[in-house]
Amino acid sequence: MTHIAATASSSTQPAEALLTTLAKGFVNRLVIIIPYLWLLFFFLVPFIIVFKISLSQTAISMPPYTPVLDFKDGVAGFFAGFRALNFDNYTWLTQDALYFNAYVTSLIIAGISTILTLIVGYPIAYGMARAPATIRPTLLMLVILPFWTSFLIRVYAWIGILKPEGLLNQVLLATGLISQPLVILNTYTAIFIGIVYSYLPFMVLPLYSSLEKMDYSLIEAAQDLGCPPTGAFWKITFPLSLPGVVAGCLLVFIPAVGEFVIPDLLGGSQTLMIGKTLWNEFFSNRDWPVSSAVAVILLLVLTIPIMFFQQAQAKAQEQGR
Amino acid sequence: MIRKALWLSATSVFLTLFTAGGHAEDRVVNVYNWSDYIDSSIIDDFTKKTGIKVVYDTFDSNEILETKLLAGGSGYDVVVPSANFLARQIQAGVFQKLDKSKLPNISNMWDVISERTAKYDPGNEYAVNYMWGTVGLGYNVKKVTAALGTDKIDSWDVFFNPDKLAKLKDCGVYVLDSPADIIPAALKYLGLDPNSTSPDDIAKAEEALLKVRPYIRKFHSSEYINALANGDICLAIGWSGDVFQARNRAQEAKQGVEIGYSVPKEGAQMWFDMMAIPADAPHVADALEFINYMMTPEVIAKSSNYVLYANGNKASQQFIDKAILEDPSVYPDEETTKKLYTVAPYDPKTQRIITRTWTKIVTGQ
Repeated sequence: MTHIAATASSSTQPAEALLTTLAKGFVNRLVIIIPYLWLLFFFLVPFIIVFKISLSQTAISMPPYTPVLDFKDGVAGFFAGFRALNFDNYTWLTQDALYFNAYVTSLIIAGISTILTLIVGYPIAYGMARAPATIRPTLLMLVILPFWTSFLIRVYAWIGILKPEGLLNQVLLATGLISQPLVILNTYTAIFIGIVYSYLPFMVLPLYSSLEKMDYSLIEAAQDLGCPPTGAFWKITFPLSLPGVVAGCLLVFIPAVGEFVIPDLLGGSQTLMIGKTLWNEFFSNRDWPVSSAVAVILLLVLTIPIMFFQQAQAKAQEQGR
Repeated sequence: MIRKALWLSATSVFLTLFTAGGHAEDRVVNVYNWSDYIDSSIIDDFTKKTGIKVVYDTFDSNEILETKLLAGGSGYDVVVPSANFLARQIQAGVFQKLDKSKLPNISNMWDVISERTAKYDPGNEYAVNYMWGTVGLGYNVKKVTAALGTDKIDSWDVFFNPDKLAKLKDCGVYVLDSPADIIPAALKYLGLDPNSTSPDDIAKAEEALLKVRPYIRKFHSSEYINALANGDICLAIGWSGDVFQARNRAQEAKQGVEIGYSVPKEGAQMWFDMMAIPADAPHVADALEFINYMMTPEVIAKSSNYVLYANGNKASQQFIDKAILEDPSVYPDEETTKKLYTVAPYDPKTQRIITRTWTKIVTGQ
């Protein structure tokens, strides 16, 4: 972490920074308010709505829960509804091991997928960063290119590749490498393949941007001083690319935990992930309150560790200064 | 009831909240029906005849439709839920009563079906039948014969008997991912009331299903059509018309795959898909005109000939292909009809038990 802190603080002189802050303070505040408003309306407000529903009870009505907080019955009615809210749905989640298991499975699947994505993505990003500057834009383009096709179609394409009579098995059978078709589709392996494939660009791009900025004369210096290439990699390249590694891992891990499409299409029936559990509560049970509670917990499971992580990072930065 | 599209369209629940109705002057009707469930020329004919533009949108599960309706402001004018879902939705206040004076073609409807749908919608005030069918066994004739030594598949025993299903494991068994279709079948096989809401009975059904669980390859509500047609699997619990579509696709492919459909002798569930108008529909008059058009004997017969499901329109039967009308697995004969049962909607408490049981069966958790 100290390496990151060092590069960050050396870019601007402290005195200069202070002056700029004073002069541009007002303008900055104005610029900052736009993302804050964005977060307020598209994150905080929806979250409060979901949280409120998670405190309600189901009902056979439109929408399928009570109480609906409105002023139809005046202010008194609003407060009567307010008092009817409670945390029963959260208690419910603790009574059935299903939810806990689903959270744990999701975290494990997301964790393994993130590590696999990092292993696959790092050499790609490294190769791109070391490629001649003239072809880098082309390589970058190739990484982004899959985004131009619908995500769903790309996942469906994997069904065609992985199924027992699919492309992969046909090639392997034809070359004589295997005599029986491999069963990959509807297993955890297929889920990992799907997640690694789908989220690879999110890993490669931050890695590439941190590796590209690296000063390669440092490696040359290490080699001049007799450091073997692997040693130079772990002592210089990897630590310097850590911000990219962290950003990439977060960008892959967070959406992978709540992933629904990939396990549903590529995974087997036995795959229990929190996305599917939430879907079941919302659609099969029509229990919007419980599914909202599942969603709120999922958000907490993800944001609390990330907040601690950021705090630790800020602390490390502070120490570096 | 072909569930081809992804249920991901759920995300559009939120988008549709913002869809506004068209202008009053250009007549539009927004129809929301099951995917692959109509001969599309019917829609063109309707627009040609009435000048009303049809915006036709499809879903592939009752749950998706229900969630859109319960959220409100779906913007749809005609929707087609299954009857057991319809019953609960009526209770929730989702639908408006049909103005029968605007539906002269209602006289064409078949009392045999109307009597049954009245159980869900007393007096048939909110909905009219579009198609109906059964839940039964679709199978690959050659592969099942090879594995079991007989092509006589006429009982749930082939599925619920672990010894028999074990023999079919390797050639593949698919089951509808729909507890409301499978748990009643298990109850019926066990000789219990398929409508039972007793936790003990449901536990017995769970036990019966867990015994055969190791031999089931996948729970899915639409993939079995292609899987059967391609010869990838040899047995599926599916909806009648879907299996017939698999049969036709197999015939077209000419790969020697022969698909059979059986209504088990112990009894099979009969379901009904119903046309209804949401309470907040923006174009009620156009919706009524559309529903009335769909009750024209020639029109609904054309649809049945295309989707291979029976309809609830008596007058249409003279226009339906003989092969379909005389097929007892589409239009069951009197003897078969006696064995068919209907399933009432579950109350929220039972629904939770059913869903939890289903999760346990499917995931083992």
